[in-house]
Amino acid sequence: MTRFLKLLIRNRLAALGGAVILAVVVLALITPLLPLQAPNVTNTADRFIRPFSPGHLLGTDHLGRDLLSRLLWGTRLSLAVGASAAVIAAVIGAAVGIVAGYFGGRIDNVIMRLVDMLMAFPYILLALAIVAALGPGLMNALIAVAAVNVPFFARNIRGITVGIAGREFVDAARLAGMGHGRIILFEILPNVVPVIVIAMSTTIGWMILETAGLSFLGLGSQPPQADLGSMLGEARAALIAAPHTSVVPGAMILAIVMGINLLGDGVRDALDPRLRSGALTRPMPATSVRRETVPAPQGGGVLQLADLETRFEIGPRIYRAVNKVSLEVAPGECLGIIGESGSGKSVTALSIMGLVASPPGVITGGAAYYRGDDLIGAPYRRLRSLRGDRIAYIFQDPQATLHPLYRVGDQLAEAIRVHHSISRAEAEDRAIDLLTAVRIPNAESRARAYPHELSGGMRQRVGIAMAMANDPDIIIADEPTTALDVTVQAQILSLLDDLRRERGLAIIFITHDFGVVAQLCDRVAVMYAGRIVEEGPTGTVLDAPAHPYTRRLIACVPELGQGRRRLEAIPGLPPAVDRLPAGCAFAPRCDKARDACTAGDIALERAGARAVRCLFPEETLT
Amino acid sequence: MGGYILKRLISAVPVLLGITVIVFAIMALIPGDPATAILGSYATPENVAKLNRDLGLDQPAVTRYFIWLGNMLQGDFGRSFALNRPVLDEVVERFNATLILAGTAFVLCSLLGILAGVVSAARQYGWADKAITFAVLLGISIPSFFLGMMMILIFAVNLRWLPVSGMYAIYGGGDFPDLLRHLTMPALALAVVATGVIARLSRSAMLEVLRQDFIRTARAKGVPERRVIWGHALRAAMVSIIPVLGIQAGFVLSGAVYIEIVFQWPGVGRMLVDAILKRDILLVQGGVVFVAACYVMFNIVVDVAQSLLDPRIKT
Repeated sequence: MTRFLKLLIRNRLAALGGAVILAVVVLALITPLLPLQAPNVTNTADRFIRPFSPGHLLGTDHLGRDLLSRLLWGTRLSLAVGASAAVIAAVIGAAVGIVAGYFGGRIDNVIMRLVDMLMAFPYILLALAIVAALGPGLMNALIAVAAVNVPFFARNIRGITVGIAGREFVDAARLAGMGHGRIILFEILPNVVPVIVIAMSTTIGWMILETAGLSFLGLGSQPPQADLGSMLGEARAALIAAPHTSVVPGAMILAIVMGINLLGDGVRDALDPRLRSGALTRPMPATSVRRETVPAPQGGGVLQLADLETRFEIGPRIYRAVNKVSLEVAPGECLGIIGESGSGKSVTALSIMGLVASPPGVITGGAAYYRGDDLIGAPYRRLRSLRGDRIAYIFQDPQATLHPLYRVGDQLAEAIRVHHSISRAEAEDRAIDLLTAVRIPNAESRARAYPHELSGGMRQRVGIAMAMANDPDIIIADEPTTALDVTVQAQILSLLDDLRRERGLAIIFITHDFGVVAQLCDRVAVMYAGRIVEEGPTGTVLDAPAHPYTRRLIACVPELGQGRRRLEAIPGLPPAVDRLPAGCAFAPRCDKARDACTAGDIALERAGARAVRCLFPEETLT
Repeated sequence: MGGYILKRLISAVPVLLGITVIVFAIMALIPGDPATAILGSYATPENVAKLNRDLGLDQPAVTRYFIWLGNMLQGDFGRSFALNRPVLDEVVERFNATLILAGTAFVLCSLLGILAGVVSAARQYGWADKAITFAVLLGISIPSFFLGMMMILIFAVNLRWLPVSGMYAIYGGGDFPDLLRHLTMPALALAVVATGVIARLSRSAMLEVLRQDFIRTARAKGVPERRVIWGHALRAAMVSIIPVLGIQAGFVLSGAVYIEIVFQWPGVGRMLVDAILKRDILLVQGGVVFVAACYVMFNIVVDVAQSLLDPRIKT
């Protein structure tokens, strides 16, 4: 609760709205105590006195009544009517919603049908019909406004109740022999009340506006009693001669409704957990870069990462997702990057082309050289021209990564046309060729399908075809087979392997599965907590892992034909990368850890083709 | 597709029937005697009884409902006693004027709202986003009738750019440019609130979509950012924006009542308010049923548009 209030106050606009509302409410409450002139005493000799005249701070209206006094009394009335309408609508709506949600079945069906029916009206028609039946008057306008808002509350509260009615504690109460009435009152209601209060606070401005509107039409408060709406309605006749009589009540309605809206937005934002974690921020077209020095290119390879560092900055926390990673891949080579989820392997891959969601991601150091050109911090135009053309990605879940509303053929054709100016027809032909190349049967008809009409394996083939579209130099495959079943997985892997051999592609293959690495990759890099802990040719790493973490990771893979070997899970969890301990991040889970392991930074020791970051490796590298 | 439209049309029948029942039930609440209301307090009891018989008011409510419904189905909405002409003629004539006003406002708020929402989302936390967010807040907070009055004061009275009110000039008007000049202010005043709501919703729908994986795929393909926003992202966001447009159409229609009063627009809203003040019950009943039915039909159009946009909806 204090956290919520703090968030609310930190939101300056919400605080401003709250202050305005508080001031208006206090003024309305103390109106009878203020030394005001009587609001309904007419004095036609003093009609239309301008504002800021002595004796009449806001001037007078068409009957010579003091506007300040009428404004405050009118505000009092408008607030009271709007708030009462909100409370009545909320109470009745919540009761209907709880009954429908709690009992379900036929009761729910009948009630919700009726609610839908009422919501099929434009709200004012219903309100007008009710006022027509009951006759004009403030009380009747209040009833009309409350009535047209009942369905809104009923529908919202029903949704919440349905969720709560299925929970364990309600079942428990039922089993304990509690009656329906008591369950609703003691188990359901306390959980629904906060939702009712929030829905009410967001609609109260709306209710004030609606009652003011009916009064404005002459269907609400009747003279001489006046709320803000009827003040405005009466002033309309003198709009041209004495505009201040319209501006005064109009500005007050505006101030009240705006204050409530500001406050309501603040409340909603403060309650939205996604907004709090920054999840609703929009990723920019390229990851932001903030680095001081640029390391020089070292070795060869078509792509070379040098001391790459990527962080997520969420509020005061800094997550070091990628921590000085150096890698290289040669044409025709397949490099595997392996690690548990959260080890930074995907972020490493996405950093290369600036695809890390930013905010919150920031590349804070290092370089990524593609044929000698640094991609980190390259201008957006340069990055865009390389994306999908020279360096292409295959992503994990093809259900989410293909656009759901475009035909797959069009998505393929687009991938070509954003890089090559060819005709639509040509691009479509090429798309069908690509689908054939990834062994999709009936490519021509499949090109016209939407992603949801294809199987998971098919969609992943489309993803591969899309990556192949422009004959790239490098493909970065981010767990492309994780979502697929084993046979499809094997087909996809052999497909990728064939493409690599035929076209001399460099592949960076990200996975958490050593079995896949063994099948496809020439070399492998093992990542843990944002760092590379071991690197080397796949065969030697698999046969003789040097880092204790690699050894344990390999032990997790069941081998065919090896009998029933015990799966050795690694105890503990990978560390959170916002609070990394000094030294080896794996030390807390390592059975060989000693004090020295956590004393200071441990370097990646290279020996020949292999490298390991460990003081007490399983194998001595030569 | 044809089957889907038919299905939606059939499903509208119970809703339309429900609307007539609700309207009839509300009207049956009327205290006092309609015949007395029509004839005035000096009517003799014989005259009242005769009128009651003529109007069929001596029948039970259920019978009266079915007579009323049957007549409406044959296009007979009854006679307005205040205007002394068939209700349907008056309603259709007035509804045309409302349709011009509300239709223009609806097109305006849809286009401007989506435009503002997309720009706002694409420039999140930039100055354009902040300016739009503030304008939207102002727009959804200002009562449309107050806004209309202020517009009259500024643009018609002080600047003399546009006519104060009405639909056509009394002398020499009646052509399209004349209509346009009269339409500008009321249509804008009516569109403001809905524009704000649509802009707000479009912004959050766009932000939601822009975090999706398929947007990252589009960027990884090298699709230019402009096309990522206005093509890939907006297309997906429209799926959640279109239902809001359907709801906002109802609010535009509702707001038209106020705007018609402020700008003396000869629409169905002004007709209803006048009819209520004159207690011309048949006119109110007929007008409400007619407009509600049109709104239900419009929502079917929205649903069909939605199904055309989203291939995942089973048609």
